[in-house]
Amino acid sequence: MSSTRTLLLSRHSVLPGFGLALGYTLLYLSLIVLIPLSATFVKAATLGWESFWQIVTAPRVVASLRLTFGASLVAATLNAVFGLLVAWVLARYEFCGKKLIDAFVDLPFALPTAVAGIALTALYAGNGLIGSLLEPQGIKVAFTPIGITVALTFIGLPFVVRTVQPVLEDLEAELEEAAACLGANRLQTFGRVVLPAVAPALLTGFALAFARAVGEYGSVVFIAGNMPMVSEIAPLLIITKLEQYDYAGATAIAVVMLIIAFVLLLAINVLQWWAGRRNAEDN
Amino acid sequence: MAATVSLHVPSVGIAVRSAATTEPAWVRRTLIGLALAFLTLFLFVPLATVFYEALKKGVDVYLNALIEPDALSAIKLTLIAAGIAVPANLVFGVAAAWAIAKFEFRGKSLLITLIDLPCAGSPVIAGLIYVLIFGAQGWCGPWLQAHDVKIVFAVPGIVLATIFVTFPFVARELIPLMQAQGSDEEEAAIVLGASGWQTLWRVTLPNVKWGLLYGVILCNARAMGEFGAVSVVSGHIRGMTNTLPLHVEILYNEYAFAAAFAVASILALLALVTLAAKTFVEWHYGHERQAAKQESSA
Amino acid sequence: MSIEVRNIKKQFGNFQALDDVNLDFPSGELVALLGPSGCGKTTLLRIIAGLEKADSGQVLFHGEDASERHVREREVGFVFQHYALFRHMTVFENIAFGLRVRPRATRPAEAEITRKVGELLDLVQLDWLANRYPAQLSGGQRQRIALARALAVEHKVLLLDEPFGALDAKVRKDLRRWLRRLHDELHITSIFVTHDQEEALEVADRVVLVNRGRVEQVGTPQEVVERPATSFVADFLDLHDHGPAWLIQAKIRHRGQVLWAAAPERRSA
Repeated sequence: MSSTRTLLLSRHSVLPGFGLALGYTLLYLSLIVLIPLSATFVKAATLGWESFWQIVTAPRVVASLRLTFGASLVAATLNAVFGLLVAWVLARYEFCGKKLIDAFVDLPFALPTAVAGIALTALYAGNGLIGSLLEPQGIKVAFTPIGITVALTFIGLPFVVRTVQPVLEDLEAELEEAAACLGANRLQTFGRVVLPAVAPALLTGFALAFARAVGEYGSVVFIAGNMPMVSEIAPLLIITKLEQYDYAGATAIAVVMLIIAFVLLLAINVLQWWAGRRNAEDN
Repeated sequence: MAATVSLHVPSVGIAVRSAATTEPAWVRRTLIGLALAFLTLFLFVPLATVFYEALKKGVDVYLNALIEPDALSAIKLTLIAAGIAVPANLVFGVAAAWAIAKFEFRGKSLLITLIDLPCAGSPVIAGLIYVLIFGAQGWCGPWLQAHDVKIVFAVPGIVLATIFVTFPFVARELIPLMQAQGSDEEEAAIVLGASGWQTLWRVTLPNVKWGLLYGVILCNARAMGEFGAVSVVSGHIRGMTNTLPLHVEILYNEYAFAAAFAVASILALLALVTLAAKTFVEWHYGHERQAAKQESSA
Repeated sequence: MSIEVRNIKKQFGNFQALDDVNLDFPSGELVALLGPSGCGKTTLLRIIAGLEKADSGQVLFHGEDASERHVREREVGFVFQHYALFRHMTVFENIAFGLRVRPRATRPAEAEITRKVGELLDLVQLDWLANRYPAQLSGGQRQRIALARALAVEHKVLLLDEPFGALDAKVRKDLRRWLRRLHDELHITSIFVTHDQEEALEVADRVVLVNRGRVEQVGTPQEVVERPATSFVADFLDLHDHGPAWLIQAKIRHRGQVLWAAAPERRSA
């Protein structure tokens, strides 16, 4: 244990348990996460580049990836706009029931995705409460890409609100007062002073919502209709391939999604570092 | 406009902001209205739908759906999975936070990123990786079959997948909190002659109890509600490897809508309890938490 | 431009922040609002600026009632204690802000904005910082930029809320002398809020002493030192026990004259 300390520690500490805590952390992390995850990459590597490329460029796979990322992008954008609005209203205004609504914003985190999935499907199906209003107008939501976007908007809703809200609450009122004294109207103050200040948080929230939407499965499968080439998302295609014992195919798609997810995670970390650095010096 | 401004009785929150930096009343009302409309459409209506559909066919149908044997065994399996996953990730979270918050070592930020990894990918992938290892054609498949051990399409697989998707929840909450609190109190305890374990039990854990509880609440909600990862490794054997969310799916796909929503309403109630517990904890520790998060991102 | 304050009252909950305040600020003077924290001086400044609304009473600009005018239309420059610089903008863009948000018809051309900002940067002696961000500046530099930003829009009134409150002692002294010189150059009607007796006595043409939402005394630094109107003024300026000793020791010079030295006869009185 003492050798681990001297080997790894860059600063001496009187506290005990470093070897045990770090050892356990690494062991558990490796067993549960790292080794199983690397299995995916090993499996993909045994495929060879050519067959890997063949799998991930098959029309059905490309269509599902395009749908997954397209619908996620639209949903994350919707969440950026309405999430900013909700965060603004919660941070700035007083109204009846605000505390309750504030707590309910986290519902999509707490509600199991399958429950959200069947509830949204029941609502937006042709005979559902909302579907029966939209269908006569020629708008079909359930079992189309629109339905997928609705489900992804639902599950991504808390991310933007929860990243932007604290920033808006902490934004000094003096900045807006200064802008008003200098002759800016509210819209100019919002566009030139408030929005740039919350932009990093907004982008982070957007990226988080997007990343969550890309991997989402439970809330989508019920409302999607799952028609190959039309409304079949990539995670579902992985499951379909697994059920057909096409492990190689499933793994190849998973690897593509993992790489994109990792890039997103990296982007989010860079964003947070950037935002933290800019706000680090207050006075 | 001037009249409405002077007639307006400012409530506590708005009074803090000066007249110069608030919007006219009609703008405020429009924005509040839009936000509420959005939240109603996307949050409250779907939630209400669950209970409405569950009770549409009457209370008898509702109760029957909950006490039939398959539903009961699904409840049992969900409790088992969460009962193993939450304590396992709790112990991990404390160990990881102790190592990361109390010591300086190389590769620390990489470790933090790796801990977050299970939440970055699709839950479906979480299921896939265990099938690749323990499945019939997987790495350990032949060996497991020879020794008659079933992991995938059995309870152990479900537990593993649940642990995977709830992996970072406690650690993620504790690490910034313990970093923000520093090591002064622990060092004082050691100097006073306490052992490492005593320090952990009597100093560190009491200081982070709200954060710990918060992480456990989130971890438990996800563990009981997980669908995608569990779906891949379950095999959907009724009465055997079905958790509550999977049971909902089966009933729904059999067009037993009222029963599906009845089971779903149990999960929705669980979500409401989670929200209530979360809000309660936030009252006690929301401020501390926000400060810790900000410090860690800065 | 002259400013008059008539019968201003303001209450926060049960707390009477301002109780029937009447004041005249003649055109071109530099006036200090001096008092302990919580006395209502900042509230008064914010009411004059239009950032806060009085419960009753009037604010007159150049004899005209401006009470109902929005802060945008009052055309006052305001300098905040914590600078309130826009941290995502460079120094240049901060100063240019007030010019860029003007309606298209009155907005100056880009070349004019560049010239104007350059001029102001010269005035505050920080022309070499144009492309920096506020986070890269020292406190004193930030406050000078905040002042330049307030001056850029050429309003006829300048209000400063504890402008040197967040700075350390040395910078504070330098900056307040610099402000005095700047005022002598520009002659904008200026009001600044402070709780620092030295600062008020050294810099201001006139001092307004405020306590518990009421005006205790108005006068030149010399007047308030020589003839404190109330026991609060004498207390706050510390004239009772130590007499003028601290004034002599502090060597407070008002426009080059040591304050107490001008009235030695008070010692016997």
